[in-house]
Amino acid sequence: MGASDQSVIGQSVRRKEDYRFLTGAGHYTADVYPQHHTHAYFLRSPHAHAKIGKIDTAKAKAATGVLAVFTGADLTGVNGLPCGWLITGSDGKPMNEPPHPVLAQGKVRYVGDPVALVVAETPNQAKDAAELIEVDYEVLPAVVNCVAALKAGAAQIHEQAPGNKCYTWALGDKAAVDAAFAKAAHVTRLDIVNNRLIPNAIEPRAAVATYSRADDSYELYVANQNPHVERLLMGAFVLGLPEHKLRVIAPDVGGGFGSKIFLYAEETAMVWASKKVNRPIKWTAERSESFLTDAHGRDHVTRAELALDGDGKFLAMRVHTVANLGAYLSTFAPSVPTILYATLLAGQYTTPVIYAEVTGTFTNTAPVDAYRGAGRPEATYVVERLVHQAAVDTGIAQDEIRRRNFIRTFPYQTPVALCYDTGNYDQTLDEAMTIADVAGFPARKAEARKRGKLRGIGYSSYIEACGLAPSNIAGALGARAGLYEAGEVRVNPTGSVTVFTGSHSHGQGHETTFAQIVAARLGMPIENVDVVHGDTGRVPFGMGTYGSRSLAVGGSAIVKALDKIVAKGKKIAAHLLEAAEADIEFEDGKFTVAGTDKSKTFGEIALTAYVPHNYPLDKLEPGLDETAFYDPTNFTYPAGTHICEVEVDPETGVVEVVNFSACDDFGNIINPMIVEGQVHGGLAQGIGQALLERCVYDEESGQLLTGSYMDYAMPRADDLPSFKVGTKVTPCTHNPLGAKGCGEAGAIGSPPALMNAVHDALATVGVKYLDMPASPHRVWQAIQAAQKA
Amino acid sequence: MAGSTVVSIGLTVNGKAVSADVDPRMLLVELLRTRLGLTGTHVGCDTAQCGACTVHVNGQAVKACTILAAQVQGTAVTTIEGLAAADGAMHPMQAAFKECHGLQCGFCTPGMVMSAIDLVGRHPKASEQTIREQLAGNFCRCTGYHNIVKAVKQGAAAMGQ
Repeated sequence: MGASDQSVIGQSVRRKEDYRFLTGAGHYTADVYPQHHTHAYFLRSPHAHAKIGKIDTAKAKAATGVLAVFTGADLTGVNGLPCGWLITGSDGKPMNEPPHPVLAQGKVRYVGDPVALVVAETPNQAKDAAELIEVDYEVLPAVVNCVAALKAGAAQIHEQAPGNKCYTWALGDKAAVDAAFAKAAHVTRLDIVNNRLIPNAIEPRAAVATYSRADDSYELYVANQNPHVERLLMGAFVLGLPEHKLRVIAPDVGGGFGSKIFLYAEETAMVWASKKVNRPIKWTAERSESFLTDAHGRDHVTRAELALDGDGKFLAMRVHTVANLGAYLSTFAPSVPTILYATLLAGQYTTPVIYAEVTGTFTNTAPVDAYRGAGRPEATYVVERLVHQAAVDTGIAQDEIRRRNFIRTFPYQTPVALCYDTGNYDQTLDEAMTIADVAGFPARKAEARKRGKLRGIGYSSYIEACGLAPSNIAGALGARAGLYEAGEVRVNPTGSVTVFTGSHSHGQGHETTFAQIVAARLGMPIENVDVVHGDTGRVPFGMGTYGSRSLAVGGSAIVKALDKIVAKGKKIAAHLLEAAEADIEFEDGKFTVAGTDKSKTFGEIALTAYVPHNYPLDKLEPGLDETAFYDPTNFTYPAGTHICEVEVDPETGVVEVVNFSACDDFGNIINPMIVEGQVHGGLAQGIGQALLERCVYDEESGQLLTGSYMDYAMPRADDLPSFKVGTKVTPCTHNPLGAKGCGEAGAIGSPPALMNAVHDALATVGVKYLDMPASPHRVWQAIQAAQKA
Repeated sequence: MAGSTVVSIGLTVNGKAVSADVDPRMLLVELLRTRLGLTGTHVGCDTAQCGACTVHVNGQAVKACTILAAQVQGTAVTTIEGLAAADGAMHPMQAAFKECHGLQCGFCTPGMVMSAIDLVGRHPKASEQTIREQLAGNFCRCTGYHNIVKAVKQGAAAMGQ
């Protein structure tokens, strides 16, 4: 940040966006009702794997209110949905990338795969007509488990992916790792399943597509986290529409958590169909469709090993993971279990050599892609479960084994490609232990024992990499997009400011945080700053919001644009004040000639820029409106320690989270209230994964068994405790805000903390290993099995 | 019913008299959103689990996706749009949600606020545990409920004054 009025930075300013949300004035995609709109309904495959014979749509087309019925055969000239990340396998070959048709072509590959689009006057007419479509299915054997999919004789899902393999990819020095293991004093081994999750933003996916014959253009409202990416992928790669003819608006969006990053079939088919029917088409997913078709998360099966010397120093780590990518490659799917996973396996530790091998597989399940944390929770779970178990194996205390291995010199080059710029891991561990009152744990454990409860404590010292960057490195790693962000700062003639950001807010509070940045830099009240996002017709080309990037990358773009505004303002002020530009200082909203009391307010400069009567027109353009693109030079590395305390009832297997403490280092913080809120939400999703949530497909039929809120255990208010959170700050060294990102940390750090606590609690009754979620059923069974053993 | 495909209903919504001819299978939430333009009441699921559509019918919290429009004949319905004062000042519960950062994406918020007001009516001095149990019919995926619980406590105190 440049020097100016900093008083609003670091303040828990109440959110500017809240009034509309609290009074029912939020404007979500499902709230868009264009004149003369029609309704879409998608007929979906009831089978996990089947050949499609004849599709008879005649009765449906003749049904009341139906405008059109489209199947895959109708989509001539429409390409498949593209994948945005190319992984090159360890054999040097590009990944297998089978077609991902918008509507099924000849085959369906998961329950929910869209087969036909019905457009009708009302939602019920569309739904009723879909029931009249006759599809001849030849049902094929299905495979839903990623390990089973690789076995000989497994059902083959794509011709282009023999053995259901997308890629086998590796990172690290295998020979060095094997050598280190050979001389290790101790090796800890774990087999780990990272349970599959369904994101479940409370706003279901939705879209409203409108075609205008007047100028041959399209407008799409869609619940999406990155409208420019959506427009680029849909326009350029699938439908062949140029950007200037396709406007994508992601208005208020009711949560994303990754699941709304991706280009989906539904909105793509609707944009195409909107021209055919020449009427706006509206669609909102039913929740059961969300369960079936939103991209899922996680789903890894891993063998992990950690080699230690006699003093508990980590010598090497070896990880083999099979990742389920689902039936088709979703937009960023291939990068999640590779680039965003294996690169995080160093964690906070000096492990000198690491080798990871990942096989991505196709199965007859919904596509799997980024979900809050995306690869980093999976990596953290591997590292922190290994570290916990290594401490148990070697008899070293949980905090001590971490301290013996912490990275303390920065920048630090890990053996898995990343270079950490800064951090202080002792500081966050110390603070987390204070918040958690670790000293009082033995007494609490003894007291719980008297009540018949098993109390355990678990640690997780996590690292994450946010703000995926820079573009050229990411490109070399297979990214098919840039990873910068854009921001425009438009100063209006009377001095108020409108900011246009390529970031997208779907709960993160950018309208407030970004306004604080602008208000601080320009020395004005935040009421004078409005933030516009989510509309390709209004904001410059941006990459949207994912990967905890918005402040570090999007915020930095705004800072760069503000720098340009201030620089131009100095030129105008120098002219008005008849001084040299170099002598003009800008602080607290005033341009001053250094060492004098001659000054002009920011508002006067703004007005002069737009009413340039006394203005250096020969040297300077009028107006005060600047755009900047910021491409980071590195990732940012938030880190921290989470400590969880649980009580297990051995009679019922019920695990209660009785204490959850976190100390995080997110770098500089603009709005602590919003940051804490992000941590709380992340913790809830991480605790949800560890305690409650698990997506289950039937192994035989491939049917989704957890297809509603009756079957999929979403965390409710009474499942969670209040959280104790704190922060420590080491500013990021390479972006102008010193910010690192906070959106995903909670979901990354918390699952291993909770599971380590459960293992600690159950150690006293002989339970050695348990996979997530630690449901009462599983815990009770593990206790019974241990007692019999 | 011989040939009857519409039901005529009359009720008040946010204090205003409303009459409508509705399809017998129309849900209250559809009436509010598509006929009356009250889009603050949201639909988040199809199994009456998420609570995003919660409104008040005669002062009681009801999930508007589990009741037919035809069933609210003669009732007084209040939605999230009907809580603020005529001058726009927020209801104390709305104000508490803002003050405590009890919302993020805002999608579950209307239902959450309507449930919270109902629970305070029944439990004016609710403990954290009671608040958590009473809110179990409303999902929030953003906040982890921590600040919602805080907001309900603060809102309850403000409503009691």
